Amino acid sequence: MTLKALFAATATGALLLALPASAAQLTIGFSQIGSESGWRAAETSVSKQEAAKRKVNLKIADAQQKQENQIKAIRSFIAQNVDAIFLAPVVSTGWDAVLKEAKEAKIPVVLLDRDIDPSGKDLYLTAVTSDSVHEGEVAGDWLAKTVGAKACNIVELQGTVGASVATNRKKGFDTAIAKHPNLKVVRSQTGDFTRAKGKEVMESFIKAEGGGKSICAVYAHNDDMMVGAIQAMKEAGLKPGKDILTVSIDAVPDIFKAMVAGEANATVELTPNMAGPALDAVAAFKDKGTVPQKWIQTESKLYTAADDPQKIYDSKKGLGY
Amino acid sequence: MTALLPRRGLAQILALIVILAVDRAVSPQFFDLRLQDGRLFGSLIDVLNRGTPVALLSLGMVLVIATRGIDLSVGAVMAISGAIAASLADSHGLPIVLAAALGAGLLCGLWNGFLVSVLGMQPIVATLILMVAGRGIAQLITEGRIVTFSSPDLVWLGNGAVLGVPVPVAIALGMLILTGAVVRGSALGLLIEATGGNARASELAGVGTRAMIMAVYVWCSICAALAGVIAAADIMGADANNAGLWLELDAILAVVIGGTSLFGGRFSLVLAVLGALIIQTMNTGILLSGYPPEFNLLVKAVVVLAVLLLQSPKLSGFGSIVARLRRTKA
Repeated sequence: MTLKALFAATATGALLLALPASAAQLTIGFSQIGSESGWRAAETSVSKQEAAKRKVNLKIADAQQKQENQIKAIRSFIAQNVDAIFLAPVVSTGWDAVLKEAKEAKIPVVLLDRDIDPSGKDLYLTAVTSDSVHEGEVAGDWLAKTVGAKACNIVELQGTVGASVATNRKKGFDTAIAKHPNLKVVRSQTGDFTRAKGKEVMESFIKAEGGGKSICAVYAHNDDMMVGAIQAMKEAGLKPGKDILTVSIDAVPDIFKAMVAGEANATVELTPNMAGPALDAVAAFKDKGTVPQKWIQTESKLYTAADDPQKIYDSKKGLGY
Repeated sequence: MTALLPRRGLAQILALIVILAVDRAVSPQFFDLRLQDGRLFGSLIDVLNRGTPVALLSLGMVLVIATRGIDLSVGAVMAISGAIAASLADSHGLPIVLAAALGAGLLCGLWNGFLVSVLGMQPIVATLILMVAGRGIAQLITEGRIVTFSSPDLVWLGNGAVLGVPVPVAIALGMLILTGAVVRGSALGLLIEATGGNARASELAGVGTRAMIMAVYVWCSICAALAGVIAAADIMGADANNAGLWLELDAILAVVIGGTSLFGGRFSLVLAVLGALIIQTMNTGILLSGYPPEFNLLVKAVVVLAVLLLQSPKLSGFGSIVARLRRTKA
């Protein structure tokens, strides 16, 4: 009986596909990792918005951080004969078998936010991710431009030791400031990507650098650590954003709140909109057969106080960060 | 001589002095103190302030360990109480916020105590349940976000000062005195030690061991809930994913550094808190030293090993000297 229903569904699907392309509504299955962070929640809500904007029927499956759930979800998407599958892979390996099934069913797969093991490059259409080395570079370039020629001692709040994002954001920043001998990272410690540790580490930086007077700028690998560091600076009687420049990465709503208060200077966005470019790529592929590049890099946009932080805060706070 | 040299705790005090001296060496301004907005400001204050959550946890943990138990759920209880406090802070007054957060701690403690004393589960397994589930509960309360608040009362609890002393430090000191007065001012401490030393013999001798075990788990969770409120007040927000994460291990370590055996029996509140301070003095020193963060855990492990070796009567010549001194006195 279920088989019959499946045949019927496929037949209707084939009929729909036979109609002119403009009339067919795309159905896309999205295997999302689960609620691991505020950013992930924002990505899910932005994906829904982007799909609604393009009148795409987006089916989201929450995998609760488990690969086997993602594989199950992909198999069920294949059975439903969706037009494309989006996958935010929870781990980088172990996808070959299920992606081959999708390929045999001629369903294009687009990776969102994270890449998978290189052996599977021909198994997906494209990957939409940000470049965390580039994010660090954007932060470093902004600081170099803002400081100008004067000497500047920077303290750095690193992400969790060993996390690839932390390593890359450090690398990018170091590359950007290497061209400017007046910029120097004098202290660098891990704040584990959390507010509490960011605050504790910043407190010790301030003590170690003569009450913070010799610190010219703080670079944090994410906004949460910067929010903690801003509190530490205020408690030490310093004025973050004025005495000490701040630049961090992610663009979560709370950093815009700090910007409105004049306590933060700049943030580099890790956009939660990975689905937008992916939807465009799939639409182009379906309509005209345009094969996109293997990697679509999302924009790492820089935001400063000049970008109306209040407006951005209002637009972002409802996304579930 | 015994009046000058405490019977126990010499190794811990010595360890603290050595670590303080090392901190002074890596950071010459370590002992500098000044007033900043009516609040003492300096690395020493950081040690006390940052050490507060673990010190509070160790106050409860030491009693649990004295009954031969262990509580792995304290970090999760911190996350729950912090989440509750942050969610209520902007709509309710401080008394209600505190009552709700500490009430949640009380419930968590009753749950742990029920599993261990009534159902007779192994403490490590019984509290593992809440360790895992508790963080999930906290995430449900915050909906996975960092819940921020601006209520000045609750913020004061984390960042305010009483006569220059940060409020969290004053609270921890108050809790130490309160716990000490209750436990050592009565026979309660002795009964707890008896329960841990030999539960069956104590039961036969008329000690209400079940009630003792229930009471220590409840107290441990209340201490954890208080630590959770302070941790949330400190960053003006509740971060359910990270608040109190792995702090149960730091609390157990503090108790062990404080010389209390994991096999139960004799315990010392003051030395457990001293253990927490030793851990934090080391952490702050590592942060001040400017070493690359890759070394943090390695340095920590070496120092902990050294402190524990110092306490080992067989390995430390120091211990035998003290023992000989005592023997001659006696």
